[in-house]
Amino acid sequence: MEIIDILLAASFWEAAIRIATPLIFGVLGALICERAGVLNLGIEGIFTAGAMAGWMAVWLGAGLWGGVLVAALAGAFFGLIHAILTVPLGLSQHVSGIGVTLLATSLSYFTYRTALPDVSSPPRIEPFRPLDIPFLSDLPFIGQALFSQTAMTMLALVLVFVTGWVLYRTPLGLAIRAVGDNPSSVEAQGLSVYGLRIGAVVVGSSLMALGGAFLTMSAFDAFFFGMINGRGWVCIALTVFASWRPGKALIGALLFGAFDAFQVRLQTEVGAFLPSQVFLMMPYILSIIALIVVARKADYPKALLVPWFKGQR
Amino acid sequence: MIRFEPRSNPGPLLVYGVPVLAATIAILLAAIPLALAGAPIIEAYGLMISGAFGSVFSTSEMLTRATPLILTGLAAAIAFRAKLWNIGAEGQLYMGAMAAVAVGSGVIDGPSWVMIPVVIIAGMAAGALMLIGPTLLKTRLGVDEVVTTLLLNFIVLLFVQMMLEGALKDPMSMGWPQSEPVIDSAAFPALLERMRVHIGLIIALVSAVALAIFVKRTIWGFEIRAVGENAAAAKFSGISVTKTMILVAALSGGLAGLAGVSEVAGTRGYLATDLSPGYGYAGIVVAMLARLSPIGVIASALFVASVFVGADSMSRAIGVSSYLADLIVAMALLCVLIGGFLTRFKVHFDRKSVHG
Repeated sequence: MEIIDILLAASFWEAAIRIATPLIFGVLGALICERAGVLNLGIEGIFTAGAMAGWMAVWLGAGLWGGVLVAALAGAFFGLIHAILTVPLGLSQHVSGIGVTLLATSLSYFTYRTALPDVSSPPRIEPFRPLDIPFLSDLPFIGQALFSQTAMTMLALVLVFVTGWVLYRTPLGLAIRAVGDNPSSVEAQGLSVYGLRIGAVVVGSSLMALGGAFLTMSAFDAFFFGMINGRGWVCIALTVFASWRPGKALIGALLFGAFDAFQVRLQTEVGAFLPSQVFLMMPYILSIIALIVVARKADYPKALLVPWFKGQR
Repeated sequence: MIRFEPRSNPGPLLVYGVPVLAATIAILLAAIPLALAGAPIIEAYGLMISGAFGSVFSTSEMLTRATPLILTGLAAAIAFRAKLWNIGAEGQLYMGAMAAVAVGSGVIDGPSWVMIPVVIIAGMAAGALMLIGPTLLKTRLGVDEVVTTLLLNFIVLLFVQMMLEGALKDPMSMGWPQSEPVIDSAAFPALLERMRVHIGLIIALVSAVALAIFVKRTIWGFEIRAVGENAAAAKFSGISVTKTMILVAALSGGLAGLAGVSEVAGTRGYLATDLSPGYGYAGIVVAMLARLSPIGVIASALFVASVFVGADSMSRAIGVSSYLADLIVAMALLCVLIGGFLTRFKVHFDRKSVHG
């Protein structure tokens, strides 16, 4: 059976984890923001900004990890804009998020075009190389599927555990979860609602930017217009699917990556019978289906989208 | 210590002045990226103004751009009034355009007074259906419409691509994925000789006035406003929130679909996947700049269209990236958001903290 062959190949799971990596960053970022009560629709633009800024830093000679840092800072910058507009000013999170996406996208495109006015083919950088860990990378199957990914994929996997640990095992995490459910209770304990929310949005946004940076610095080696192609919006859907939990976010992103890798392979098998666009639509359709499946029992953070003002009881 | 105090009744100066101020600030902020790009700033602004208003031709181009922006702006304004977060106007526009091409490129024919209404109705119905789906998912199953409408934009664009390589492909297009041209009897006539501005502009203006009257003067308009302000209270007072939402979805999706019809039947003449440079998303900015007022949408669409046409022409002349226009529009959105805050709240700077 050919489908079984596809699913059992190490190269399939290698591709699935690679496709999942930017989504892991993005969903972690989105869930941190939403756990604190702020929907961040700036995600699509922040992905673009991270992809462009990280790539450009490397291209200008900052080194790969320098690029990662620059991408994270770019994400933090746009996150701060969204945070100021939605937290102390309490403006519409929907509209502010769309505004941040438009701003981050156009600023990234403008900067790229200004730095490289007339290049016909995008310049390339030397991206992150697949890891070659002694022993681990030589293991059968898992060596290729997991331990031959790049360092950024490993970073994403580590961040899943870090985020889970912070959210569920530290006082800070307790405060972040509380500020998204019942901000007044946090205020009553003498903690700053504004500080926690702004901090969560800034940190979450820098993770989103790393998702973008992965695309230009690890999955590919150049920046293209329109390369984010809705990945940010997919992350927003996956966040609901993951019930705002880092572990489930990892599973959701991996399922999504596996499905996407599978449809690419299916396309080479049966591509002659169906237009390619049918396959390209699959990730978006899958995201909508995932949302419908969990919608009834989705346990949104109670204060998500609800602005809170100082002195309010 | 900064305190915000709600204003009971912002005066007309604030209500009308703030969006104008926001737009002006966004234009002025563009000097920063212009300077960083090494462009002559004063000259660049001059070129932008003459690019949008310098001649009959450039003004006609600006009005041609404004036409779909008025319609997508109205689509966002009516939806946001009811707090239906329709971010899918781009997809609805393409569905409208595709429906218009499907019936308007020779399958049926008739006199213009039949064919033009036929393509308009087909396009509006297609756009409306594209939004009624996500709205039903929202009201029946609680599926967030923001994400579904956003994702549908990508699905629709791929679907259009598929149709343009398949059923709707023009056999005479030498392999380009584009549709057959809209037939003459279904095409929107031009308003001026040798200019591109067409009756789509009149249709858009009439739509804005009609929508304003609908929202202000009819019981349905009242219900839409009531649901938007407080859905729970509206429900309590006997308004069917689901029905109102579906009415809003039909109007909003229909208007976005009409923008697509106007683009294929008026401006372009055929359907291709580059029909819209993001009119659906820009419509959100137009609506917010207009503070969701249908008449205000006309003014803000003219502003956004001038920015696009002016920046295009400026970028051709002095080689600054035309993404500057998108940048100005995005900054205008964020400025007007902050401005909206200042109309609703007074800001006090106190010497002492409230908590002492």
